[in-house]
This record gives sequence, structure tokens and C-alpha cells, in this order.
Amino acid sequence: MPALLTLITHNWYDIRDLSNLSGKIEQLIRDANGPGWLVFVVSALLGAAGIVSFIGVAAIINIWIERRVVGRMQSRLGPNRAGPFGLLQPVADAMKLMQKEVLQPKVADGLVFSLAPIAFTVPGILVMAVLPWGRNMALANVDAGVIFILALTSLGALAVFAGGYGSNNKYALFGAMRVIAMLVTYEIPSVLALLGLVLFSGTMNLSGIVLFQAKYWTPLLLVQPLPFIIYFISSSAELNRTPADLAEAESEIAGGYHVEYSGMKFGLFYAAELINAVSVSAIIATVFLGGWWFYKLDEVVPGWMIFIGKIYAVYFLFVWTRGTLPRFRIDQLLAFAWKWMTPMAFLNLVLVAAEVLIWNETGVSAGLVLPLYAVINTAFAGALIVAWVKVMGPKFSRFPERLRYYSQIDVPSLPAVAPRMDEGAPGLTEGRSA
Amino acid sequence: MITDTGIVVAFYVIGITTVASALMVAAVRDLIHAVLFLVLSFVGVAGIYVVLSADFVAVAQILIYAGAISVLLVFAVMLTPAGDRRNSETAFRAPAAVLAGLVLAVTVFVIYDTNWRIASHGQFGATAASLGRAFFKPYIVPFEVASVLLVAAMVGAIALTQEEGEDGAA
Repeated sequence: MPALLTLITHNWYDIRDLSNLSGKIEQLIRDANGPGWLVFVVSALLGAAGIVSFIGVAAIINIWIERRVVGRMQSRLGPNRAGPFGLLQPVADAMKLMQKEVLQPKVADGLVFSLAPIAFTVPGILVMAVLPWGRNMALANVDAGVIFILALTSLGALAVFAGGYGSNNKYALFGAMRVIAMLVTYEIPSVLALLGLVLFSGTMNLSGIVLFQAKYWTPLLLVQPLPFIIYFISSSAELNRTPADLAEAESEIAGGYHVEYSGMKFGLFYAAELINAVSVSAIIATVFLGGWWFYKLDEVVPGWMIFIGKIYAVYFLFVWTRGTLPRFRIDQLLAFAWKWMTPMAFLNLVLVAAEVLIWNETGVSAGLVLPLYAVINTAFAGALIVAWVKVMGPKFSRFPERLRYYSQIDVPSLPAVAPRMDEGAPGLTEGRSA
Repeated sequence: MITDTGIVVAFYVIGITTVASALMVAAVRDLIHAVLFLVLSFVGVAGIYVVLSADFVAVAQILIYAGAISVLLVFAVMLTPAGDRRNSETAFRAPAAVLAGLVLAVTVFVIYDTNWRIASHGQFGATAASLGRAFFKPYIVPFEVASVLLVAAMVGAIALTQEEGEDGAA
């Protein structure tokens, strides 16, 4: 039976465990007495190539997934003409974007305008470097991994601002300022949510957090549901996805920060949004769902496959919220962060700190403590949300106090306007005669 | 002695980028460009921390300075009237140059005068844990004083921006 279960061989050509291949190459370099730095360079290039190819494929596939799934949720078909099930639609989109002329406004700030799409794409890719794709399969095993992620996600908004400012367009600037306002507000709850997890697992290293979950057989989502909700909402605000896509809001500010972009520059913004969504899904999958670990399954299936499965499970949640929720107003979104999520995150942090202290001081076995904490934290999260709705939420009233109809509003009559000399709209009559 | 050529090359590349972008902050005319150059210089400082194996400080530098302080500066620039948004000529130019030169001279003098302890080569441990211990054991008083100062500044800012006659609803 164990022989049946271990499908993974240790042959270098077994693509189910990619670390064999890189191990083989490093062994070859060592055997040939190659210089020591060559090993680092080769393994860095291999890891980077793997991550970039995953992101490239994901950005193409996710367009299709997102449009199909959202279409299904909104009782539409979604793309279904190009290729089987419309699978070639993203390819067609990409070719269209590449062929389009890249325009730049005459008044635009040239360098800032051109650099912004690149600066927006890079952090999303860099985040992937510190995530563990399997046991011992992180490209950069950074000790301060969680802070690294938070630092990179905060850089994206500055790039969006640069794009909006560089366009020299008022709608673009509206979008840019909204991004900055959203970043300032939503960074705090997301940092506090991840801080609770760091406190609980006792490490900021992402591989360490996954190992903690593998050791106690508990995805941190079960123990800490409230940080999951907080981080999910704040990251979807930072990603500019539909419940919070105020920075582009086509129906209000005509696309926001990327209103002036066209061709592949716009394509890069579009791709970067998908890449950032994948990165944030990967962060949530690592931190809350246990990354490459899934009970006993990771002994049979290579970790990176489990990890990709979890990434897409979280990504589905993002698509779900995008497909079903309407857009907020900017004041609602900012008030929600300041009045709801930040205090909740602080209270949660206090609770987690107390729990960790009790666990460390008493030394009770994890099998007893973790289910207990899971129950306590879930109850706490539910009670907190209900209490906040009671205290801060809109009051229910059968008869609304605000006037609902235009006819009820007492509008002061406008001063009489003197008739203009060119009365009779000459343009209209000319058009009619022509 | 430092023997790793990669580290030396990285230090000079990052150092030159940092100093050049810091100079550009003062040289460019557009204030938003100045902010973006300042961000580049903050990232460069983070790179120098990475070269020094201080990974936590480097990442915190990016998070706080490149992520948060730069956003604050963007707010400050965007809220100023458009006429003042360029790095215009002022009468303080010559005194400022003299002051900056003096600061540079003092720093260079201190760098050459101090007897630096050279750290031994080798693996560095996790810096975040030791930083945390340092904050909560020997440096607890400065840490708390800084926290109280920040809270006082925050309360003061709120009190200053609260206008008279505004209803108290939060």
C-alpha cells in the first residue's frame, strides 16, 4: 500500500516533483567542480522561470475563467466563440491588444506614464518568490516573508497613482487619488489581520507558517476566521476588484487611472490586475489554508499541485464576490475600513495575544487547545460582527426619514434667464436641411 | 576584509542609485517627480540593508517609507495648490546648500573618525526576533516614549483638524 501511495519517483524527469530536476542540475554543477555562485544563479533562474511561466499561463487562463464564471453567475454565456468553450478568447484578446496603437496624450508626463504599468506588474510577480510551493520549494526563503508581502502590495498603489498622475487627465487623477485613499485605509486592517497569524504561528517566515499548520493538522482559517474575512475584504479593496473597484469604476470615472492607456500598456495593467489577484490568492492559500500541505495528500501528490488547487479555490471566491456584489461608494468603502475592520482587527489581535500567552504559559496539548480556540474565535468573530451591525449599522425603519421622491423635495425656483440672442438652435435646423 | 565581489558590486550599484536619486529629489522641478525619486532612494536604502543582511529592517523600510511615507507625501503634494507644486526657486537656496554641505562634512568626518567594529563573516540569525527582544527588554523605555509621542501627535492632528461648530458625530 505505501508503494502504491507514493506515486512520486525520485527521477529527475518526474515533473510531479520539480525539485528533483533542480537538484539534479545543482548536483551536475557540483560534480563538475563548477564555481559556487553558479549553483545559486542556476537555481535562482530555474525558480524564476518556473514562477514567471506559471504567472504567464495563469494570466491567460484566468481571463477565460473569470469571464466564464462571472457569465455563469450573471446568467450569461461568457466568451464561447473562439475555440472550444471559448478557450481561445484570451489569445484573441491579447493579439488584439498587441496590434492596437499605443497612444500617449501630448500633455502626459512621458516617463511616469510609461513606467507605471511596469511598476504595477513587478510587485505582484515578486510576491510569488517568497511563497513556498512545496516542502523546501521556496525561491527565496525570507525570514520576514509576511512583511515582505505587505511591503510589496503597498507598492502597487503608488504605481497606479503614477499612472493616473502621469496621464494628466482628471478622471485618471480621480482614480489615482481613490487608490491612494484606499491603500491608506485598507493597509491597516490587512497588516493587523496578518499580524494575528504571525503571533499565533510564532514566525514571519511563510514556510514556517505552512509548517506550523502541517504540524498541528489545522489550517489557520479554522482557528482564526475573523482575520480571514478582514484580509479577504481588504485585499479585494487593494486589488481594485469589483465590490471595491472605485479606482477604475467605468460607469463613474470612465476607467479611472487607465483611461488614457491603450494597446499593450493597457494590456499590462489588465494582466497585472489578474497577476495581483493570483498573488493575493496565493498569499491567502499559504497563510490561511496551509499552502502545499493538505493532511496526508501531500505525501501522494506533489505540493505545488495542491498549492495551485488552493490558489484557484481562493481565486474562485474573488470571482464570486466580483460576480455578485455591486460597487461601493468611496465614502462607504473608507468608512467600512475605519469604523468596522480596523477596530475588529485590533480586538482580534488582543484576543489572539491572550490565547497565545495562555497556550505558552499553561502548556496544554495542541489537540485540546486548537479546537477550543477555533470555537472561541469563531464565536468571537460572529458576536463581534453582530454587535458591530447593531451599533454601527444603518437603522431599520419602516418609514424612511429621508425624502425619497424628487417631487417631495422643496427645490428653490431658479432665477429667470434672459432669452439668448441666437435662439432657435441654428445648428439643428441646418442639420435638418442637409 | 570583504571578499565577495558580488556584494561589493551590489553595494556600489545600489549606493550610486540611492545617492543619485536623492540628488534628483532636490534637482527636479516637478514635486511629484521629486516624490517618485524619493521613493527610489528609499528602495535603494532598503537594498543597502539587504546587502548588510538586515532583512527585516530592509523590508520594514520598504513597507514604511516606500509604501506609507511616500503616500503621505503624495497626499501633501496633491493637496497643495497647483501653483506651488513645482520645486521653485527660493531665497533659502544658498543657505540650504551650505547647511547640507556642513551635514555631509560632519557625517564624513564621523565615518572616518569612528573605530568601526567589523562584523565577522558568516550566517546571520533571524533579525526580527532579536529586534523584538531588544525593543521589549533593554530599550523598553525609548520604545514606549516613541509610542506615546506618536499617539500624542495623532491626537494633536485630529484636534487641530476638528473645526469649531462641527457636530460631534464620528
